[in-house]
Amino acid sequence: MFEALTGRLDGIFRKLTGQARLTPESIQEGLREVRRALLEADVQVAVAKDFITRVEARAVGQEVLRSLTPGQQVIGLVRDELIRLLGDRPVTLAGSPHLPTVVLLAGLQGSGKTTFAGKLAHWLKNAGKRTLLASADVYRPAAIEQLERLGAQAEVGFFRADEGTQPAEIVRRAVDEARRRGFDFLVLDTAGRLHIDEPLMAELAELKAAARAHQVLLVVDGMTGQEAVRIGRAFAERTGIDGLVLTKMDGDARGGAALSLRQVTGKPILFLGVGEKLDALEAFDPERVAGRILGMGDVLGLVERARATVDREAVERMAERARRADWTLEDFLEQLRQMKKMGPLEDLAKMLPGVPRQALSEIGPQAGRLKRFEAILLSMTPFERRHPRRIDGSRRRRIAAGSGTTVPEVNQLLKDFEQARTLMKRLKHGPRGLKGLRGLMR
Amino acid sequence: MSASGADRSSLFGRLRDGLQRTRRQLGERLANVLGRRGDLDASALERLEEALLEADVGPTTAGRLVARARGRMDQDPALDLEAALEAAATELLASHRADLSPRGAKPWVAVVLGVNGCGKTTLVGKLAADCARHGLSTMLVAADTFRAAAAEQLMVWAERAGATVVRAREGGDPAAVVHDGLEASRARGLDVVWIDTAGRLHTKRNLMSELEKIVRVCGRSVPGAPHHTLLVLDATVGQNSLAQARTFAELVPITSIAINKLDGTARGGAVLAIADELGLPISVVGLGEGIDDWAAFDPEAFARGLF
Ligand SMILES: Nc1nc2c(ncn2[C@@H]2O[C@H](COP(=O)(O)OP(=O)(O)O)[C@@H](O)[C@H]2O)c(=O)[nH]1
Ligand SMILES: [Mg+2]
Repeated sequence: MFEALTGRLDGIFRKLTGQARLTPESIQEGLREVRRALLEADVQVAVAKDFITRVEARAVGQEVLRSLTPGQQVIGLVRDELIRLLGDRPVTLAGSPHLPTVVLLAGLQGSGKTTFAGKLAHWLKNAGKRTLLASADVYRPAAIEQLERLGAQAEVGFFRADEGTQPAEIVRRAVDEARRRGFDFLVLDTAGRLHIDEPLMAELAELKAAARAHQVLLVVDGMTGQEAVRIGRAFAERTGIDGLVLTKMDGDARGGAALSLRQVTGKPILFLGVGEKLDALEAFDPERVAGRILGMGDVLGLVERARATVDREAVERMAERARRADWTLEDFLEQLRQMKKMGPLEDLAKMLPGVPRQALSEIGPQAGRLKRFEAILLSMTPFERRHPRRIDGSRRRRIAAGSGTTVPEVNQLLKDFEQARTLMKRLKHGPRGLKGLRGLMR
Repeated sequence: MSASGADRSSLFGRLRDGLQRTRRQLGERLANVLGRRGDLDASALERLEEALLEADVGPTTAGRLVARARGRMDQDPALDLEAALEAAATELLASHRADLSPRGAKPWVAVVLGVNGCGKTTLVGKLAADCARHGLSTMLVAADTFRAAAAEQLMVWAERAGATVVRAREGGDPAAVVHDGLEASRARGLDVVWIDTAGRLHTKRNLMSELEKIVRVCGRSVPGAPHHTLLVLDATVGQNSLAQARTFAELVPITSIAINKLDGTARGGAVLAIADELGLPISVVGLGEGIDDWAAFDPEAFARGLF
């Protein structure tokens, strides 16, 4: 995705290289791609629209650095804005000065409340807090048993009311019990309910009041689509919530719901559920989720690495020479060195989420080839590198022997190179060969 | 180093080929979005596109539907865009409809699968009740041995439905329960067996191969089984539904799809992409937590609900 995104943006912005500003039109065009990425990640339509408008405002007037990749800068802006919207810094669950801190969980059916209740108790226990669990879900068959088992697994307290006790009464008794036995936290699980189910939404408000909950956490399935906004808004308005939890984030959902939820509720996302086991819980990290929403993988790490290691001036020099088509094996060697500085090719490629798995599997052997390429190039004299056409049969044999490769391999390299150079001469619009390198850098 | 792949052996050529495959795929999809603007009212188009997106249809399929609606309008100038879109959606769904009634085998065996919390167990309960009501002797197999109290939940449903249950202890081998259940159903000459499996995210490889094993075991106990594999989707889920359907279908042949939780405000538009891209048919929809809260899939009503 990112590959496509940057590829497109780059294409769009490339013609602007050298100008001090991106034009509003070109930015708009590029941002349409970003919008698409957001929609595919399940960011809500209106939120995506707003978002794009804001980024656009920030992008106009941004200076295009000397970089050849203005597209990347726009992506940078997009990412910064995403992180800002997702809440900048991680927020932790606040305890109340008066014990026990009562945490009430709410959400739709099947969103993962009960599992999260168990995980939270486990998490709190690891933080040295004593936790009591109780369930007010008297509707779903075996819901209370499920929580009881999780409580036993986590080795925390569990409160069970008598059969037939009403939810509000269960909650009141659980609070008494937690207070009496001196628990630090009381985590209350509730039945799943649709945000449009009036009686059940009223019940939730009643439960909140009965428990005098300090923290109401809305638990939402991380795979949720456009519904996220309606859900978030309804619970926030009807019940009032203090924080959000996204579950099932161990799958491949991009989690755009996070952005929409944060936006409409204005409440922080506290936790991510990342598996079925009790310890599969993570504190929410805006940066990671921002990358995920855009399908960027660790590409930002890659960009940073490229920035830190690649000698920009050298790249520019090469670009310039390639444009004039006096690209030699010296440049080729330089390219390889720049690439090597960034680390193993496979690692780099893995950081690119857009790379198809198939291409990834081809990289292993290619990386080996790269090493051999370098050995061949290093066995050449500078004269040979500058004048590849002068490398005759006997020179080839010497180079092969010196580099521990074979003559056919030397031939292949020279052929590849010659092809690339011919291609470059034909291209008016600049250095495709170099784009190979740039492609790897992003 | 030609980008066209003329020289597949060159390093950059190959890398770039790979990258370009993705880029081309994505590019094609992009080109489809909105198609050509033509003389259509741009704001009406935008509004309808947004309606589709808000129903979780996703940008790709939304674009394709718009293109198809255009085709219809070219043929029938009287049609307006909204009607054409609705017709295009209905047509797509109507050609992807499946029947989920047990017939043609005894016992007739169905495996129910899907991600965590999508409503498998509840749906099994509802469908079993329907079978029992039609005089079919019905068994439920609790193959979710992982989630705490999953078997207890199914037992409550079995009682409501008037079906028997076979279960194992928590943490037991699901394939073994399936085997036991099917053997028992044959011995007792039962008509229908519903196998309720544990929720699993499609990205979990080991859990997915467990599912494969369950399906294999079915065929070993009852020739031709499972007669139906029902993939349950949650209408609240967005674009990930497509990934779910694709991955599950790669592993086990999916007979049909159920869309749950359509009683909320979610419209489940992602199944359009599933029908369109994967050709998987839809059989039933879940409409609540009660035993009768479900219905056979109605393409027209569903399509209308999208807008
Ligand atoms: N509103 C609504 N809730 C449903 C529907 N189907 C299942 N549920 C609820 O969703 C939750 C998860 O269902 P369950 O059957 O346990 O899901 P499983 O984990 O896939 O077996 C339960 O609270 C069910 O009552 C439906 O069609 N509509
Ligand atoms: Mg279940």
